Amino acid sequence: MSLDRSDVEKIAHLARLALDENQVEGYAAELSNILALVEQLEAADTDTIEPMAHPLHMAQRLREDQVTEPDCRAQNQAVAPLVENVLYLVPKVIE
Amino acid sequence: MHKKTIVELAAGLKAGEFSSVELTSHFLDRIERLDGNINALITTTAEQALAEAAAADEKLKAGDAGPLTGIPIVQKDIFCTQGVKTSCGSKMLDNFVSPYDATVVAKLKQAGVVSLGKANMDEFAMGSSNETSFYGNVHNPWDNERVPGGSSGGSAAAVAARMAAAATGTDTGGSIRQPAALCGITGLKPTYGRISRFGMIAFASSLDQAGPMTASAEDAALMLQAMAGFDPRDSTSADHPVPDYSASLNDSLAGLKIGLPKEYFGEGLDGDVRASIDAALEVYKGLGAELVEISLPNSAMAVPTYYVVAPAECSSNLSRFDGARFGYRCENPKDLEDLYKRSRGEGFGAEVKRRIMIGTYALSAGYYDAYYLKAQKTRHLISDDFKQAFEQVDVIMGPATPAPAFKLGEKTDDPVTMYLNDIYTIAANLAGLPGLSMPVQPVNGLPVGLQLIGNYFAEARLLNVAHKFQQETGWHRLIPEGLD
Amino acid sequence: MQWETVIGLEIHTQLASKSKIFSGASIAYGAEPNSQACIVDLGFPGVLPVLNEAAVDMALMFGLAVDAEIGSRSVFARKNYFYPDLPKGYQISQFELPIVGRGSLTIDLEDGQQKQIGITRAHLEEDAGKSLHEDFHGMSGIDLNRAGTPLLEIVSEPDMRSIKEAVAYARKIHQLVVYLGICDGNMQEGSFRVDANLSMRPKGQQEFGTRTELKNINSFRFLERAMNYERERQIDLLESGKKVVQETRLYDADRDETRSMRSKEEANDYRYFPDPDLLPVEITEQRLAQARERMPELPDQKKARFVTDYQLSETDATLLTQSRQQADYYEQVVASDADPKMAANWVTVELAGALNKAGLELADSPVSAEQLGGLLKRIADNTISGKLAKQVFEGIWQGEGDADAVIEAKGLKQITDSGQIESIIDEIIAANPKQVEQFQAGKGKLLGFFVGQVMKQTQGKANPGQVNQILLKKLKG
Repeated sequence: MSLDRSDVEKIAHLARLALDENQVEGYAAELSNILALVEQLEAADTDTIEPMAHPLHMAQRLREDQVTEPDCRAQNQAVAPLVENVLYLVPKVIE
Repeated sequence: MHKKTIVELAAGLKAGEFSSVELTSHFLDRIERLDGNINALITTTAEQALAEAAAADEKLKAGDAGPLTGIPIVQKDIFCTQGVKTSCGSKMLDNFVSPYDATVVAKLKQAGVVSLGKANMDEFAMGSSNETSFYGNVHNPWDNERVPGGSSGGSAAAVAARMAAAATGTDTGGSIRQPAALCGITGLKPTYGRISRFGMIAFASSLDQAGPMTASAEDAALMLQAMAGFDPRDSTSADHPVPDYSASLNDSLAGLKIGLPKEYFGEGLDGDVRASIDAALEVYKGLGAELVEISLPNSAMAVPTYYVVAPAECSSNLSRFDGARFGYRCENPKDLEDLYKRSRGEGFGAEVKRRIMIGTYALSAGYYDAYYLKAQKTRHLISDDFKQAFEQVDVIMGPATPAPAFKLGEKTDDPVTMYLNDIYTIAANLAGLPGLSMPVQPVNGLPVGLQLIGNYFAEARLLNVAHKFQQETGWHRLIPEGLD
Repeated sequence: MQWETVIGLEIHTQLASKSKIFSGASIAYGAEPNSQACIVDLGFPGVLPVLNEAAVDMALMFGLAVDAEIGSRSVFARKNYFYPDLPKGYQISQFELPIVGRGSLTIDLEDGQQKQIGITRAHLEEDAGKSLHEDFHGMSGIDLNRAGTPLLEIVSEPDMRSIKEAVAYARKIHQLVVYLGICDGNMQEGSFRVDANLSMRPKGQQEFGTRTELKNINSFRFLERAMNYERERQIDLLESGKKVVQETRLYDADRDETRSMRSKEEANDYRYFPDPDLLPVEITEQRLAQARERMPELPDQKKARFVTDYQLSETDATLLTQSRQQADYYEQVVASDADPKMAANWVTVELAGALNKAGLELADSPVSAEQLGGLLKRIADNTISGKLAKQVFEGIWQGEGDADAVIEAKGLKQITDSGQIESIIDEIIAANPKQVEQFQAGKGKLLGFFVGQVMKQTQGKANPGQVNQILLKKLKG
């Protein structure tokens, strides 16, 4: 699969990445090369193979329903770029 | 002091030959003197280190010191450290001071180590040469013109240059073993789930695993002992007993069956590296081991499988970096979309963006089955290869990398060539198996790594097999010229 | 043309756990912004989710209640999209292998018929935070307290053919989750949110029309209104030859209309994939058995039992079992030896009326079940008359104590001493010779006059039966 400019722009939008105009072509070429590498997978016969999402065949351990986290707002918001009245601020959300 | 292993340093501390404050100052001096040329550290925490050392000395005096009490190490900057900048090698987190400690960090603190600082790394652990770091290249202590490997390049270089007694690393596709090989140290990637991932900034969650990077297998055993164990905050961590890793180090290797996958000794392997590996295998024969040729028929699928699975997971894992709650935020965003796109576009480097885009593409509507699902199936095939192999052999051996350290800038233009550097290490991550790299006979003054792959939770066996070799040879004792 | 409405509902119920679905932060409602958003909820670098077992158990209880298929393995997936109320850039949800599979629920229709509504699935997921649109220099403020609150999303089949059916189904699900104790059901606080998928088709046509999804509905009344508006809007479009656009529409209660919500948004590509931070959840036989043990009596079972055990009418039983709280209250009243039918009447009429008038919930009732039971006992043992009981009830409501205290304080105790009644009657007969004469001449209706006089004299406290009996005896002489 060879990606062109518009493919890269679509993907970059989906991933919310601003790319420099003059880098788009470069990314298209590099991503196409990576996809060419990846497409070697087509050679593998996987018709009867189950997908494997985790390396270990374990069941998930669950947590007891207890409130264990104290209020650490001040500490957590100390690293926030923009906070007012204890709210995180972002450009207006339009619905 | 810096030439000593942890085991030797601990003995010295206990005997009162030197204090932890003296030891820590010594390493801090070396960092001060040497790191200008190596760039292994992003942050040095001298003040904190000396305070920790003083506390360790108290413990040593009181006689309740453990084997790591007062030992100076560096933490890969992927581990969150409370009150200390945790950058993950990225501009995105250049301003990020973590409000909490990773479990690994907390456990090592508990064990009494002294943290000298945070080690340089490829941005978000994505790279094999440490050239994607926002904080500049790390130079290989063996040759300033060459890469240290990656992504735990700073950790490997710091230990190789003896600027720290040990380091932590993380390994998603070889990021502990490959730099350990290129820098001539011992690096262990344990079984997936052996060490908690809580507080370790995620690259690819189903592959990431932390591990020790040390001067010897014996040291790695001590570090792993402190790092391993179930963590209720990581539900993928294994609730599996942690054995005494030091206890079995000297077990005999007589009758040990070593599997040599023919796919790891074929085309693409540097001839000199091959010769070094062969020489090491001869040592094992001498120790009573039996060499068995095996096949891992789906080995060629490992790199392509990895470059779907890892980017897919990372594309999602890195979505949280959006300029809203922490990390880099672009100047004057004109709207919400602009905030996201520019914060991420400006905060991430090129390799990270490439991988996010590949992963986004592989998961997107219409491509999921052909890429992501397919890769999950080939992952299964690769994992089954090992399952079969371990029915015949106890441990698998081969080269850790196809060649010794390459020159800085040599492979940066072509991502795919760079990716192929991890051709021997990636499969263990896909299968979740433990792997170790240790130095064997160098080639033209450059370290060469022998890779050992073990069965699930067989870390003790791997350390034993590595330790016996190190007792026999001493390649792990080599220190780069001019740095001793 | 004759149109048929086709409706399917997606209901988000906030589960009534103590902590969040993937972190140990509290989910209590109304806390200060961001004070209940811990590093896991905020998606800090390095954090990991750990699943709350209460969420799993509550989902299983729901599954059992709707007789659903429950698989032995359930998987969490990531739904990827960027939004300020979604800290990680993905929501942990379920895609393939949801915890609750296909099930069904029977609803009662107005004509007394019943209808089975298919439940496609119910899956666990985390709630998002909230964007506050007050003006922060043209910016939005984000409160992430709600982020990570456990949700069970219950998806129905498009089985409903009228707005009434859809409302009945939504109410029944509401009743069920509250009964099960897995959701507080508070719609104002967003604990129970209903999204409606509605489409129209010509009657008799097989295939479905294009649907719209209605959101932002926070009461059953609004649900009905939103669907009514949308139904008319779609019919208007179709009858004027236009097409319905498949989209999400927001209900605006102030204007009573729905409007397009994400018109400019591109088609979503959520890139679902199994969450690598969460291994598959194994639903063991043991866990299922535990959930089964925890199941309370469900509304339909309770109703049937009320009819049998208390000899109540269908209507009374339905009314009383509408909420578990009311049913429990009723049973407590009955437990204090009250007559079941009388108790049903008092709970559904007198008490319900008083609560309604005062705008109170049953939980806040000033009259406890024991107190009401005590009152009914005093009616039954003739301590007070039925008429005066309302005064006693009023006294208890006002906090004047329980029935006996109020009766004592107000002196409402019934006079049953026949000697006392007799002497009062004697006085009255003596004072009204004319009426006695007329009564004896055959004007029997005058008995009422004499009873009235006795009651007036005794402020209604004389036992009416005894008054009648003695009066007749004396008057007939």
